[in-house]
Amino acid sequence: MSSKPSLSNEFVKGLWENNPIFKQVLGTCPTLAVTVSAINGIAMALATTFVLVFSSLIVSLVRKLIPTQVRIASYILIIATFVTIVDLVMKAQFPELSKSLGPYIPLIVVNCIILGRQEAFASKNSPFRSVIDALGMGSGFLLALFVLGSLREIFGSGTILGLQVMPNFYEPWLIMILPAGAFLTLGLLMGLSNFYVTHKKKIEKENIIQEYLKIKAT
Amino acid sequence: MELFIIFFSAAVVNNFVLTYFLGICPFIGVSNKISSAFSMGLATTFVMTITAIVTWLIYHLILVEFHLEFLEYVSFILVIASLVQFVEMFIKKISQPLYRALGIFLPLITTNCAILGLALFIVLKDYSFIEGIFYGVGAGAGFTLAITIMAGIREELDIADVPKPFQGAPITLIIAGILALAFMGFSGMISG
Repeated sequence: MSSKPSLSNEFVKGLWENNPIFKQVLGTCPTLAVTVSAINGIAMALATTFVLVFSSLIVSLVRKLIPTQVRIASYILIIATFVTIVDLVMKAQFPELSKSLGPYIPLIVVNCIILGRQEAFASKNSPFRSVIDALGMGSGFLLALFVLGSLREIFGSGTILGLQVMPNFYEPWLIMILPAGAFLTLGLLMGLSNFYVTHKKKIEKENIIQEYLKIKAT
Repeated sequence: MELFIIFFSAAVVNNFVLTYFLGICPFIGVSNKISSAFSMGLATTFVMTITAIVTWLIYHLILVEFHLEFLEYVSFILVIASLVQFVEMFIKKISQPLYRALGIFLPLITTNCAILGLALFIVLKDYSFIEGIFYGVGAGAGFTLAITIMAGIREELDIADVPKPFQGAPITLIIAGILALAFMGFSGMISG
């Protein structure tokens, strides 16, 4: 039991420690493309999470039946099937959202987060554990997309989820909703998260040294 | 003339990397050196051109013919994956120098979303066969242009003093942002 981390750990690690966007730098294409507004980011993340959870479930169920040589092709087929389902459902139920996300819904097929999780996790673990892991990674993705989408929407159009938050005299920064703004925002956010992590590590190290010195003194 | 506009629009005005965010992974991963970035660009252009031809044929001659449009994504990704494998074997057989130049990049291209994106855009924009080919070549040229410029800047960046938290991916993204700003200068030259 000691070798396997607890179930809650499997979930939480995707949120921050192994966050797919900030830490693993996977799946940047959809992240940059759809985060013009917070609602687009949420929709994209939910669609991706759906595909991720169900492909993880299926892959881990059939993991012993797939020969190793053709595993990647099989994973991609499973993923593409679920992406087709999502795309058709979105076209029928949320035609406007589907139009604004455009070709980025079908491009979930080549999102490296999904294939990465199948290869690194679902192909080696039980179905239940794989689903928990997929949910964690999906939530981490959702978190990143929501933060990025809200920031770009607040500065770029002065609203969040369509509600006005900036005062009337605020002149929206057009650059934030243009492609350039996406690159800049994500770059800055990544830098900040790196800074936070190194800063925290430094404090931890200092604490350990201090404690060691205290013990030595007594 | 119209074909030239399609080519130019795909290569510069609506650059795949800088306005559609397609192919960001190799754009960040393989842009350390100009020579390898250029080879990657050439390999991608090559695969893009073939993809444009093959997926157009499959979509219009098989999927539309038999009302199987819902199989679009499944069949495109399968075709692209096997195509890349096939191209790799073919190049290895006919030209060793070419294989040495492009070989290691070919497997990476399967997971390049720009390729699937290209196939989807050709269907979405309802291009004819010839237009599709020009669009594919243009998109490849645009990718090559962007990744080579990026590699050139990053080679200079090695001697610059970048703050520690920003080293690696973050600074690359910020440079890409500035590049995207520069490319915005072309927008409005051609509509669509």
